[in-house]
Amino acid sequence: MNLPAGRGYRVTHVTRYHYATPVTVSLHLLHLLPRDVPWQVAEAAQLAISPEPGLRQERRDAFGNRVVTLAFEQPHRELSVELGMTLWRQPRPPEQPSPPWQEVVAALAYHGQALGEELLEAERYRYESPQVRLKRSFADYARECFAPEAALLDACRALMARIHDEFTFDASATDIATPLLTVFEERRGVCQDFAHLMLACLRSLGLSARYVSGYLLTQPPPGQPRLVGADATHAWVEVWCPLNGWTGFDPTNNCQPDLEHLVVGWGRDFTDVSPLRGMLLGGGSHEPEVAVTVLPLEEGE
Amino acid sequence: MVDVLTPWLARAAPAPDRYHELVTADGSLRGHWQPLITQLGRWSPAQLAHRQELLQRQIQENGVTYNVYADTKGADRPWELDLLPQLIPAAEWQCLAAGIAQRARLLDAVLADLYGPQHLLREGLLPSDLVFGHNNFLWPAHGITPPGGRYLHVYAADLARAPDGRWWVIADRTQVPSGAGYALENRQIITRTLPELHRQQGVQPISGFFRALRTLLTEGAPHAGEVPLAVVLTPGRYNETYFEHLYLARHLGLPLVEGSDLTVRGDTLYLKAVSGLRRVHGVLRRLDDDFCDPLELRSDSALGIPGLLNVVRAGRVLVSNALGSGVVESPALLGFLPAISERLLGQPLQLPQLATWWCGEATVLEDALERLPGLVFKPAFPSQSFEPLFAARLDAAGREELARRIRAMPGAYVAQEQVQLSQAPVVGAGGALDSRAIGMRVFAVATADGGYRVLPGGLTRVAGEADLGVVSMQRGGASKDTWVLAEGPVPAEAPDSRITRARDIVRREAHLPSRVGENLFWFGRYSERCDTQARLLRSALLRLIDNDGAEALAITEAVGEQFGLLPPVGGEEDLTARLLTACLDRHFGNSLPANIQRLYHAAAPIRGRLSQENWLAVAALARQGNTPAAERDLGHALAQLAPLVTSLTALSGFALDDMTRDVGWRFLMLGRRIERLQFFAGAIAAVLASPVLGLGTAAERPREAARMETLDSLLALANSLITYRTRYLSTPELLPTLDLLLLDAHNPHALLFQLDMIDEGLVQLREEFGSAPDNPLAPAAARLRALDLAVLEPALFGSAGQQEALEALLRELGAAAGALSDRLGLRYFAHADPATSYGVSA
Repeated sequence: MNLPAGRGYRVTHVTRYHYATPVTVSLHLLHLLPRDVPWQVAEAAQLAISPEPGLRQERRDAFGNRVVTLAFEQPHRELSVELGMTLWRQPRPPEQPSPPWQEVVAALAYHGQALGEELLEAERYRYESPQVRLKRSFADYARECFAPEAALLDACRALMARIHDEFTFDASATDIATPLLTVFEERRGVCQDFAHLMLACLRSLGLSARYVSGYLLTQPPPGQPRLVGADATHAWVEVWCPLNGWTGFDPTNNCQPDLEHLVVGWGRDFTDVSPLRGMLLGGGSHEPEVAVTVLPLEEGE
Repeated sequence: MVDVLTPWLARAAPAPDRYHELVTADGSLRGHWQPLITQLGRWSPAQLAHRQELLQRQIQENGVTYNVYADTKGADRPWELDLLPQLIPAAEWQCLAAGIAQRARLLDAVLADLYGPQHLLREGLLPSDLVFGHNNFLWPAHGITPPGGRYLHVYAADLARAPDGRWWVIADRTQVPSGAGYALENRQIITRTLPELHRQQGVQPISGFFRALRTLLTEGAPHAGEVPLAVVLTPGRYNETYFEHLYLARHLGLPLVEGSDLTVRGDTLYLKAVSGLRRVHGVLRRLDDDFCDPLELRSDSALGIPGLLNVVRAGRVLVSNALGSGVVESPALLGFLPAISERLLGQPLQLPQLATWWCGEATVLEDALERLPGLVFKPAFPSQSFEPLFAARLDAAGREELARRIRAMPGAYVAQEQVQLSQAPVVGAGGALDSRAIGMRVFAVATADGGYRVLPGGLTRVAGEADLGVVSMQRGGASKDTWVLAEGPVPAEAPDSRITRARDIVRREAHLPSRVGENLFWFGRYSERCDTQARLLRSALLRLIDNDGAEALAITEAVGEQFGLLPPVGGEEDLTARLLTACLDRHFGNSLPANIQRLYHAAAPIRGRLSQENWLAVAALARQGNTPAAERDLGHALAQLAPLVTSLTALSGFALDDMTRDVGWRFLMLGRRIERLQFFAGAIAAVLASPVLGLGTAAERPREAARMETLDSLLALANSLITYRTRYLSTPELLPTLDLLLLDAHNPHALLFQLDMIDEGLVQLREEFGSAPDNPLAPAAARLRALDLAVLEPALFGSAGQQEALEALLRELGAAAGALSDRLGLRYFAHADPATSYGVSA
């Protein structure tokens, strides 16, 4: 059998809701199935939904991600969404020298000239989005790492390290509704917040950067430190860079995504790729149980 | 020269650097104004002022308002309309209309490109900042082709006439253009105020525009053989232009709905009607782009319809304008449109537009900053909410600060030349003419052939102050009707001229929204509750003031407590203090003012279904209920109650004799009957339980007076005292009182009357919808109907037990009335629950 090179993982992602009162009608948008990218392919990705939805549609969103729409029109007290799949990840290609960051900003700015496909794609991720406000304070924070003439990717690494050093990972400090400015002031948050912060910094400088949603292997390899973010979905950013294309940075772990970062999808920020998003009639209060497992496959398995 | 013009010319000579609509630079009258001015010349200033007053009164009577958030004049500010219309000759209009239609086609084509192949971005004809950076560019709508490939169904342009006499475009409205409804209303009022003039002048009718809009929303929507149903979607009555939504919906003959009236099931949009779910084919939305679908767009929007975008994606509904069309409303676009017009339409723009520059381009920025004093700066995106900045009005420091702000975020600013608005005559104080700056908003609607039909006329807006160069409804300007003069004879204006043939006559409303039914039901319940509460409190106050009838007062107190209409006993408060609280104190949750507030909240959303007089009565009641008493004593409380009782009686009259007896009315009356049944069943039960009735020996003389007063109070509460007296010519006794209040099917306050009416109402609902909930009142009602009052005669043995049994029966009826209310709610209204959103991050 001709297996893809790189490393393989078995990923399961289970979400269960127990509603306090019956839900009569509900609609859900799922960004769970991974998109195929040149450096990662999915095998046997299956979504098991219970109860059986009245409507289930799959399509691609405007960013190319796979979206599943579910609708339930019968009263139900529970909802379970189980994703199972095997992902094959290849190493990232070696980095090419990157131009000074201001040149990249200039290339992205409007000149009344025609845009190539790659630049037009990059333009999508250069502005404010629902969870990423652009502020001068973000630009000022980033500028310490973005000296004039600094190579773009070096400056990004410095910014990533700064966020990692100055911010505390604290799952109790924020939720999805916490504004970025609060994260910025409190200096604490989770992977999502750090990704949003880094996006705000980069875009406030005029660069193009996108939010990547996915998983992270947290099994600590012998002799190396355990990475933060155990058994959960993960988020990081990618910066557009000439010659290198989209290049990843994980400010939560101060590393560049490689064999252990698994991609599901990307967008302007979390709202574009929220794993589950929905509207319910009824239901009362509800907190989902979420269980994510990422298991490395043995070589040749 | 006509005499009215002469004094005016003396008052306000036309400014030399402006175009004047009425007179030329040398002071002579423009030809097309001649007939109007001749007519005006026959009127004295006093007559002119009188006409203007008539007109303003008509506006108030029609209830035309413009809600301005946090307006000091109150939430509903009357619309202001000037007596003199704006006149435009036919030939001038023809060119203008052609230019407007072209512009609409162009912006439609721009939207099709941005939500499709994005050639304009690829070719550098439009900066991505203005598209991807615009909060109304909806990525989830990218790739969706709306029905017929049309994005822009209704378009409006704001125009100003430059000193050269040409109309220039200042701004485009592409998201939810407002104002056409006001233009229609203005036309109807002015033609009624100046009928002769309107006839003589030969004015082009505007009703065809609205017919075309209706056709577009119904026939133009995907309906595949079904009879198309279109709705007008409003953010609700707190929106600044709610009146217009109401007016447009009525004029178009379409239901006015809120987001919670609609629901998505599968890939279809439905209206939640009391009769069930009805498919909706077309939506004229007045809701902003990103609020329309909390599932895919802003999840914090409580106004939208979860899943709407998916129905659009499936091509199953026409939404006007297409979701995301607000992106081409940015003023920054103006500077790029000439080149885009050449690219997309292959022709130059026909209408001149105000010189406009987007500061996001480095060279443009430097240029704009150099010429800063002569420019106006506007936000490029609606997300930055600042008012246009007129650099000319700033001092040197202010200009420096402005330049600094722009440099910090150049892409967020648009520089525009300052426009010199033309001036038009208005009727000023005392009927003297004045000159004011004006601007004009004109409208176009998409037609089936791919083109646009332009409304001949529009909304002329008048600057609030004589020298102000800005017209804005939000800033307190007035408006004018706009007459496009015809060449040759014109058909008469037929405002409601959708031709209805005999076979089209409808006697019932097909789709009463559940929310409306529910509000009508509760409007009925609260009207009745306030009515009985006001009477109860009045009776108690009178007894306290007269210091008379302690037992009767005790019963009244007991009834009040039973329904929670009095604050609970406890603390220092005596009965007087508790009554005052119940009469005057809005903070006591069940006080009369608090219940009147609830009545108002139930009535306000259904205002469109009440006659003008009925609504005015509701508004007056709410005002009275809100007026604090001058002093907190029994006399003032009583004085406070008197007008309330009168207003509440008026509401009851409206309910009985002013409303069409359709399904909505049934819900209102069911609400009233259920409430009345519940109250009087409880009140009579309380009287039966009272010791004063102690059906003991007739010898107990002292008790006789107390019993009489108690029954007297009860009859008064049920407004049945007169009937009793004409029948019995004596002081009240128990059995005849019970007969009158329980069993007399002709007494509108009798329990049997309520039961009969409830039965009738349920039969009607069953006929209307094929089924109705079972009536939980039935068993107790049957026993009441079978009641023989003879068993209560004191001489009979065991009558005390019979009295207890009757009391229990009445309590059972009260409880069953509550159960019926719940059942009606579940069956007809319950699907109106608001939806909640969630999002998980883990």
